[in-house]
Amino acid sequence: MTDSHLPGRLTSRHILATEGLSPGEITLLLDLAEAYVEQNRAVEKKTALLRGRTVVNLFFENSTRTRTSFELAAKRLGADVINMSAEGSSVRKGETLIDTAMTLNAMRPDVLVVRHSESGAVRLLSEKVDCAVVNGGDGTHEHPTQALLDALAIRRRKGRLQGLLVAICGDILHSRVARSNIHLLNAMGARVRVIGPPTLMPSQIDRLGVEVFHDMAKGLDGCDIVMMLRLQTERMQGQFVPSIREYFRFYGLDRIKLAHAKPDALIMHPGPMNRGVEIDSEVADDIDRSLIREQVEMGVAVRMACLDLLTRSIVSNVGGP
Amino acid sequence: MSPAMAKAAAKPQPGTPGAPPIAYVGARLIDPEHGTDGPGGVIVADGRIADFGTHLARPGAVAAIGAHGMEVHDCAGACLAPGLVDIRVQAREPGEEHKETLATAADAAAAGGVTTFVCLPNTQPVIDDAAIVESIARRARENARVHVLTYAAATRGLQGRELTEMGLLAEAGAVGFTDGTQAIGDAGVMRRALAYAANFARPIIQHAEEPALARTGVMNAGEIATRLGLPSIPPVAEVMMVERDIRLVELARGRLHFGHVSTRAAIEAIRAAKARGLPVTADTAPHYFALNEIAVGDYRTFAKVSPPLRSEVDRQAVVAGLADGTIDAIASDHAPHDQDSKRLPFAQAAFGTLGLETMLAITLGLVHGGQLSLSAALRLMTINPARLLGLGAGRIAKGGPADLVIFDPDRAWKIDPAKLRSKAKNSVFDGRPVQGRVLRTLVAGAPAFAV
Repeated sequence: MTDSHLPGRLTSRHILATEGLSPGEITLLLDLAEAYVEQNRAVEKKTALLRGRTVVNLFFENSTRTRTSFELAAKRLGADVINMSAEGSSVRKGETLIDTAMTLNAMRPDVLVVRHSESGAVRLLSEKVDCAVVNGGDGTHEHPTQALLDALAIRRRKGRLQGLLVAICGDILHSRVARSNIHLLNAMGARVRVIGPPTLMPSQIDRLGVEVFHDMAKGLDGCDIVMMLRLQTERMQGQFVPSIREYFRFYGLDRIKLAHAKPDALIMHPGPMNRGVEIDSEVADDIDRSLIREQVEMGVAVRMACLDLLTRSIVSNVGGP
Repeated sequence: MSPAMAKAAAKPQPGTPGAPPIAYVGARLIDPEHGTDGPGGVIVADGRIADFGTHLARPGAVAAIGAHGMEVHDCAGACLAPGLVDIRVQAREPGEEHKETLATAADAAAAGGVTTFVCLPNTQPVIDDAAIVESIARRARENARVHVLTYAAATRGLQGRELTEMGLLAEAGAVGFTDGTQAIGDAGVMRRALAYAANFARPIIQHAEEPALARTGVMNAGEIATRLGLPSIPPVAEVMMVERDIRLVELARGRLHFGHVSTRAAIEAIRAAKARGLPVTADTAPHYFALNEIAVGDYRTFAKVSPPLRSEVDRQAVVAGLADGTIDAIASDHAPHDQDSKRLPFAQAAFGTLGLETMLAITLGLVHGGQLSLSAALRLMTINPARLLGLGAGRIAKGGPADLVIFDPDRAWKIDPAKLRSKAKNSVFDGRPVQGRVLRTLVAGAPAFAV
């Protein structure tokens, strides 16, 4: 291992993307999260690790589960948490993104968790603040904690990531989850396939180190993990698929299509699910095959690990004019 | 009248009307029109070129020709060439004077060796009426230290539907018609625009980009856009419009010029059209031959331009197109923006980069790199663009206007937006080390810029 970071530290002050995270850093985060899974299952779930620290959840885009997950993670570590939903029309403008960052920065938070509808917005904001920033999802760019929680869920069931064959299926074009997973899984030595209609494939996606399929049966053949994505109609400008029923017919996951994957293949979905659009209830709710509920549980643990690691490097917040 | 110009008027500069003549001697004289490049000099009197040639090569030359009372400026081997002609500039006046004005754009131009520039019509209000063309000419005469010309909109309000009063606009001084940063998307409108503009001997300047493919995109399609999660524009959007318009110019006649071409396929299509003898020309901008899409990096909004920065293969094709004459001219594509327009998430940020003050230095990069001769590089920024628009500028001719630039092609400097004259600071070349610096710019014989 040639990681340059100190033991128990990340090289960056922020977690903005999985692209660029080293296998050592990913392993560190996952190992730490593993311990938090146990803590979260105990009766007494709260520690004082982040006592006196302030975590601000700044969500420019609608979210319930991710925001709740971050909030719970911070609270279980003993931090003070503020939730700011900035969904109104006036704060959606980019000028106010910088203004909001400056304002919040002046209140000296320790960690900002940011979600924004524009790719790159979280990085832009991170350049304007002194605290650590966690990307809670930026446009169609990245959603790093989702990929980390997916990896943790997979690792716990399969015992490894190395050598697994993972299929990411559906609306790849508009998916930050797909991008974060591709980078993380590649870094950890898994093989990644993407499956979807040509209209929902970003150009030159193969250059990210994936195999591209447009046919579910072929793409799922031999897969260990089947990761379904939500059809993100809210990001679509124009028509990408002719109808929901046609989409479900060719790309919706049901028993018949799933039969092409390995017999012990596991099903994942970042949520929220559109039953009958990209996934059939029968497979989504199959407790032997579906990892979907476990993913949500892992989310809290992974976010605790992120907050823990990022705040380790904070020595003092004193300074500034 | 600006304070600077009032001062100039109070004490006439040598070479201007009412002042003694001045001889610029000991220069490396470059005449791109005739492809000459060698020791020489120029005598400027009454704002015009009174004489030029190799006999003015030595500092002692003036005494030898028996001139009396003439001021002599020794260029000490620096290049002396026609002032540059920049045919694609957004000066933001009227309407967005917080970004740039005719005066500040002209200051930037003079510092970049540009003595004539042509404004795009995408101002507020749009330049689609003869009165606005006249008003810009008047404002420029009063405030700008270089020559300012303007295009007019091809369609009213740049809406792409109704043709403007091209005859009246041409009479008022519009040198060509264009919808600026937007393509004329409707083939029927384009056909009539080409035919109608030809009636007044004016070209149509097209921003070649198929709107249906480009509308939602913010950078070039490919691996980088996919990694960044940005909506993208496929490079074929350019060649599709180029090929369509080549068919239309065949049908309608007229004269067609493509602004800022950026892709290999479009350049190939233009090369083929020229080979068939069609009246088609093209320009490109420095960022399309000096940079590729990698410059976008981590959402660097200064690198957000329209058309977008392309792949390395396309960049190389632009260089080749300049070298073999397929691309006729280099224009700066000067697009000033204030901070609020650029300090935004990438998709929300405005398109465009500064260019007037850096065009010469960036283009000289091709000379230093061996892709173009100095004379050929200057031809692309002087006589060629001037001819495209039927202007008398961009040449060294006895009796012609003394619009000249003196520059050191080798002097190294670093582009620092804080030091640029433009009111805006959005240069995609921010921090780039370059070679080639303007020492003095003359407009009608008077120094518009001097270090």
